[in-house]
Amino acid sequence: MIFPIAGVNIAPTYLIAVGFAVGVLGGFFGVGGSFLAGPALFAAGVPMNFVVGTDLAHIVGKSIVAARKHRTLGNIDIKLGAIMVLGTIAGVESGAQFIQWLKRAARVEWVVGPTFIVVLLGIAAFMTWESLSTLRKQRRERGRRGGHPAHRDHSAGAFIARAVHRISLPPHVSLPVSGIASVSIWAILFVAFVGGFFSGFLGGGAGYIRMPCFIYLLGIPTHIAVGTDLFEIVISASYGTVTHALKGNVDILIALVMHTGAAIGAQIGATLTQYFVGLRIRMAFIPLPLIGAGMMLHSLLSGHAAK
Amino acid sequence: MKHQIRKSLKPFLLELIVYAVLVTMYYELVLHFLGNGLQHLYQHDRRFYAALGLGLIVGQGFLLEAVTRLLLTWITPRTEDG
Repeated sequence: MIFPIAGVNIAPTYLIAVGFAVGVLGGFFGVGGSFLAGPALFAAGVPMNFVVGTDLAHIVGKSIVAARKHRTLGNIDIKLGAIMVLGTIAGVESGAQFIQWLKRAARVEWVVGPTFIVVLLGIAAFMTWESLSTLRKQRRERGRRGGHPAHRDHSAGAFIARAVHRISLPPHVSLPVSGIASVSIWAILFVAFVGGFFSGFLGGGAGYIRMPCFIYLLGIPTHIAVGTDLFEIVISASYGTVTHALKGNVDILIALVMHTGAAIGAQIGATLTQYFVGLRIRMAFIPLPLIGAGMMLHSLLSGHAAK
Repeated sequence: MKHQIRKSLKPFLLELIVYAVLVTMYYELVLHFLGNGLQHLYQHDRRFYAALGLGLIVGQGFLLEAVTRLLLTWITPRTEDG
């Protein structure tokens, strides 16, 4: 099928299959899946400017499906999501402006690419350490008490969240859905800004950085982090879609076809979260940033810059 | 946990098959004919194209979510009975 806006010829079944794969990932992990969808579109011959914009558009439709599913499961902290909106939009715009500045100042791909790889490797390394520490702690507790602590959502990195909760910068809010008695609103806005910045700077929904920030900086339980992250992705990707469409970087037809696969994949992924405890979800998340880093490294070395 | 996943697998597979048929119909009847109109908008009115694009993807998001939810509620009781 010919997609006249981007000027490419792609089999719709390929787009639906890519959409389905990233839909399952999105529903399960609360990420947009741009680190897989982007290279898949690029490999099909879609120009890079359309890859970034079209991927954002498809993420909007897919995340709405997954977010609604998570809402019915009680996995979205609406209060937290609403507070984050301002920080997210400010972050997206700052990230996009930073890209524009880099475009004028230097070769943008040689700043964005290595930053992307360092960030993703750092996330994977930290989550591996945290998951293994939590696993060791659970085994010790099981040996001592004979119970099954795997049913609870413990994290070895919880001391970081406790330190963030102690920040005394007013105003403070309580997040009953996430089980947090009091946290500075500035800590929430900081996390929102960082997530939004990476979305505008590196493209996609930036769930790969917002999800770990939710868990380790704010101390949000994993299931709530996944659902609320999807809610934020809807906001940042919608904003990104409009700005990129105005710049002529969105082929909405490609996004619509991809989304037909993503819709069913997202529902399957979201339903699967019910059968896994938080630690298992976090451990399964670890290969994703590594795959993204590998893809980016390959793009840089083969001369196909991702921006 | 394995038992629960196995129990969910049958309705999901049924849902996938019915959904694939519906998506093929939707693609042939709607998406196939949108290309030229959207290209015209893209070239002549970028603001309307941006607004319509976001509206289309959000609208399709809600539509397909409703379809998948309906399919699941329709299929699950039948597979559990049988």
